This record gives sequence, structure tokens and C-alpha cells, in this order.
Amino acid sequence: MQEFLQQLVTGIAAGGIFASLALALVLIYNAMGLVNFAQGEMAMLATFVAYALISRGMSYWIVFPVTLVLAFGGGIVIQRIVIKPVERAPILTLVIITLGLATLLNGLAGFVFGYVPRSFPSPFSAQSADILGVFVSYRDLGVIVVSGLVLLAVYLLLQRTTVGLTMRAAAHHPEASRLLGVQVSWMLALGWGLASAVGAVSGLMVAPILLLEPNMMQSIIIYAFAAAVLGGIESPLGAVVGGVIVGVTVNLAGAYLPFVGGDLQLAVGLAIIVAVLVIKPNGLFGRARVRRV
Amino acid sequence: MARLRTAPPRYWLVGVAFLFFLGFPTVISSFQTSLWTQALVLAIAIMGLNILVGYNGQLSLGHGAFMALGAYTSAILAHHYKLDYLITIPIAALLTGLVGFLFGIPSLRLSALYLALATFALAVVTPSIIKRPAALTGGVQGILVLQPDPPQFAQDVFAFITGTRMTSDQWIYYLSLFCALLLFWLAWNLVRHRPGRAMRAIRDGEVAAAASGVNIAGYKTLAFAISAFYAGTAGSLFGLATGFISPDTFPVSLSIQLLVGAVVGGLASIPGPLLGAIFAYFLPIESNQWVPSQDWIPDQIRSTVKNAGPAVSYGAVLILIMMFAPNGIVGLVNSGYSALNRRLRGAGDRETGQMPPDPQTV
Repeated sequence: MQEFLQQLVTGIAAGGIFASLALALVLIYNAMGLVNFAQGEMAMLATFVAYALISRGMSYWIVFPVTLVLAFGGGIVIQRIVIKPVERAPILTLVIITLGLATLLNGLAGFVFGYVPRSFPSPFSAQSADILGVFVSYRDLGVIVVSGLVLLAVYLLLQRTTVGLTMRAAAHHPEASRLLGVQVSWMLALGWGLASAVGAVSGLMVAPILLLEPNMMQSIIIYAFAAAVLGGIESPLGAVVGGVIVGVTVNLAGAYLPFVGGDLQLAVGLAIIVAVLVIKPNGLFGRARVRRV
Repeated sequence: MARLRTAPPRYWLVGVAFLFFLGFPTVISSFQTSLWTQALVLAIAIMGLNILVGYNGQLSLGHGAFMALGAYTSAILAHHYKLDYLITIPIAALLTGLVGFLFGIPSLRLSALYLALATFALAVVTPSIIKRPAALTGGVQGILVLQPDPPQFAQDVFAFITGTRMTSDQWIYYLSLFCALLLFWLAWNLVRHRPGRAMRAIRDGEVAAAASGVNIAGYKTLAFAISAFYAGTAGSLFGLATGFISPDTFPVSLSIQLLVGAVVGGLASIPGPLLGAIFAYFLPIESNQWVPSQDWIPDQIRSTVKNAGPAVSYGAVLILIMMFAPNGIVGLVNSGYSALNRRLRGAGDRETGQMPPDPQTV
């Protein structure tokens, strides 16, 4: 039982990481109906930037917000250069472009930083705390707290501020918002920036666990896809819940199902995606969309 | 004779290209021959992807997984059950086609976006799934594929024409060329007739197609099955051409390479996949040789070009082509050709407003 609870906490911590990246995917999906295949690679690049800053001797707690700001700016730049010219292109074109972006960023990181895995510092100690008889590592707790705070911040930004309201308006009714004086295109750019920053959190959280290298996010993005799809790709709350469910499921499956083990955990992610899409394509929190013909 | 003289220029082009591919391996080294074999094999897989993406509008990012299935089916049948490799190729192709058909059924309910997502996940997971049944697939070690000697009739014909002995590399090349020709010819016929029209109608407007009586579910799964059939054939031949397959032969970057080939050559075109395959296959190989020999390129780039080069160039090419030339090389050539034609024949007829006929009809 105790071991089960420990696995559960580790799963929730992993879920927090997946949830951040899934939330980034949801933000962009809501803004333009697109799944950003480059989200993971953008987070990976941000993490490399953080690594470069830390190795210059900066403190982790300064680097963390600086990286988020840089990731925010980077997201806006990418949206302006790569996405804006093709905003109205068919979805097929957009998906291929984000996939191209993912490949490009992956290669650029390889050029600049190489493929040798690097250890990334964690701000939390590797020791465990005893909570009601369950040994929980401070790292897991830290990841849960940081992810939770970030998700809360995004929620408050979107629901309780004017900027958030404008962003949501621009995403839902671009034409009406434009008539009311909202700069829709810049709101989309803001969405990309926000998504990029939120995604960067997942990169920063996962790097101490997985070691930092250009392909680090390749498995994480699959789990994030699973989380976003499970939550019903347009719901931010769904992304968070989905992330935790995926994290716990994958972790428990790896620990308790002998045929899964460590190496087929990723296949569990795929299985979740396929199962949700086949059984309930709208996910847990998504609404069935009525299509006008 | 008259028919020959009035044949459109693209028929001549096909003839020249065919003779080129036929004679090519007699003058290049064995190593080069095997590279071109792999490019041809890639062209087959890309043609499969092109039928699905270009003609039917369903985006698959996981065709590397279908190639893996074809390759492992053939290799396992040949290695464990001692079947003749030649016999295993159609078996692998049909099995992969069947799996593609089954895969196509749930994907009917999915939007293009979800399909892309699910197939991408499949491509990422494929290597770790292959590793699991290690007794069957050889696990991480992979399977060695014996490259067969050319059969007697092929040796005789080859010796009669060139006067030299046919190597097994050359035999595999001609085998792949034969398969590529057959499958390209089939694809050409497919897209010009009823199924092709139905597939394109679905791509351009599913509701309108359904209203016109097109069986949406049927043609979508058919496109998936055919596409997987091509990928399976390619996978099977790929194992033969490389002589060795392992889980790392089929990484997610293979699926991206296929997509690059389809996009660069030109979606929804018949020559596109061949041009795209040559581009996508030789770009990393050539740049791996060329870049490290250049002094003016920074050390950092020269030393990592083998790993990072393909990703950077593929990514940049995908973005640039989709932004500026969505119809790929074939589209560029076509628009260049019709611009030239217009220049030569003069602009549209001023009185009737009729433009000279468009040379591209397929």
C-alpha cells in the first residue's frame, strides 16, 4: 500500500509536467484550432537556454522567471515569423509547418548544444519527506507545487484579467472581436507566447529527471498529446485533469503491469490516445461540436 | 508512329527517365547502386503517403510504422520460416495493407488533426514496440536479411546485354525498380479513374462528395489500405536493400523523411514522390560528405552535421515549401512550363478570352 501511494505521488508529479505541456497545446488549439507539434521542442529549447544561463553561474530562482520571459518572447517571434503568414491556410498545411518547426528546432538545438545528455540541476533536494507514513521526495512535491502554481496563474490570467478576456474573445469570435477593436492577430501571438512559457515550465521540470538533450521532449509530447486529448483538447481544466490521469496511469502501469515495464510506458500513452479518440473523441471535458454544413 | 510524334512531352520525359534508371546501375559502383535502390524504395513509400495525403487529404505522420511492419514481416518469414524473400514481399505488402485497412476504420471518426496526432504517436512508439517480442524480432540486435544472388534468367539477360556478371546489389536494384514502376503505374491509373476522383472529391469537400453519392467511409479506408500496401512493399524491399533491420531503422525521423519527400516532390502528383524521394534521401548523405570538407563552415556545425543536419534541413524545407511552393517541385516546374508556354504562344486570345490549353492534365 505504501509503495502504491509513493508510485501515486510520483505519477501525480509526472502528471503535473504533462499537464503543463498539455495546457500549452490547449492554449494554441483554442486560439487557432491547431495542435502545435513543435510545443515540446520549443520547451526543450527554452530549457537549453536555462541551462546556458545556469552554467554562467546564475541562481536557479533567477533563471526560472528569466527563462519563462524569454520563452514568452520566443513564442511570439515564432508566431510572427512562421505562423502568421499561413494563418488562413488549411489545417493540413499548418500541421506540416509545425512539424517542420519541431524538426528544425530539434536540429538547431543539436547544432548549438550537441547530443551529449547533460544533467540539469533541480532546485529541490533529493531527500524524502515522511507524510503520514508515505515517503515523498521533495522533488516530486516541488514539481507538483510549481506545476500547480503555473496552472493557477494561467487560469487567473485567462479568467480574471482583461487581457485574458480579450484573448478568449479573439479566439472564439475573431470577426466580432475585431469589430470591437481587439487586435486579433496580436492576441494570437500573445497566445503563442503564453503557450511557449507554460510549455517551458514542463521542460524545466522534466530536465532534472530525464537529462537534458535535444530529444528529451519526444516522449513527453506524446504524454501531453494523450493528456490534452483525454481532457477534450479545448478545455484547460481538462488538460490538467488529463495530465494527472495520464501521469498516474503511465506510472502505475510501468510499476505494476509486468509486460509494460519501463520501456513500453510510451505505448500506454499511445493506447490512451487511441482509446479516447475511438471511444469518446471529445474527451472528458470537451463538448461535441455541432458542425454547420 | 503518328501517335508517338504527337505524344505530350511528359511521355517523352517518362521514357527518358525509364531508360536512365534502367541503364544507371551498369555504370555506377555497387555502393552507389545500393543507395539508389534505397531511394527508389523510399519513392514507393512516399507514393503511398502521397495517395493518402495528396489525393485523399488524410494526414498520416506514421508511415514509418507501416514500413517497419512490412520489413519485419518479410524478415521474420525469411529468417525464421526460411521462405524465399521474393515470396515474402507480396505477403508483407498484403498484410500491411490489411493492417492499414483496419487502422483506417477507427480513423474514419477522426478529424485530420486527430489522425495526425495518433499516427505521430504511433511513429514515436514503434521502435519500443518492435523491441519487445525479442525472440521474434531480434530485439535491439535486429535481423540480418540475406541478400539473394540474382536468379539465373536475370543473370543471363544481364550478361547478354552488358557482358558482365550481375551482382546481387544490381539484382535488388532492378527488383526495386520493377516494383516502383509497377506501383507508380498502378497509382497513375488509380488517380485517373473512379477511385481517384472519389478520393479527390472527399479531400476537396467531404459533404459535397457525400451528397454526390461518393461512399466516404469506403474510399477513405481504401485510401488507407492502399497507402499502407505501398509502405509495406517499401519496407520489405528496404530490408532487402540494406541487408539489416533493427528498431532504430524505423525512428520517427523516417516518417518525417517520408513526409518531406511527399511535400518537396509535390503532393497529388505522380512524378512528385520520385523527385521527393531522391531529394529526401540524398540530401543528408551528400551534405554529410560535403559540409565537413568545407573550411569556411564553423567547426561546431561541421562536427554535428551528421546528427543535426538532416533535422535542420528537413524542418526548414518543410516550412519553406509549405509557405511558398505548396505544390512542391512538380508545382514549380508546371507553373514555370505554363508561364513559358504562355510567353511562346502569346497571352490568352483577346477575342474569346481563351487561354492556351494547360499542358498538365493529370
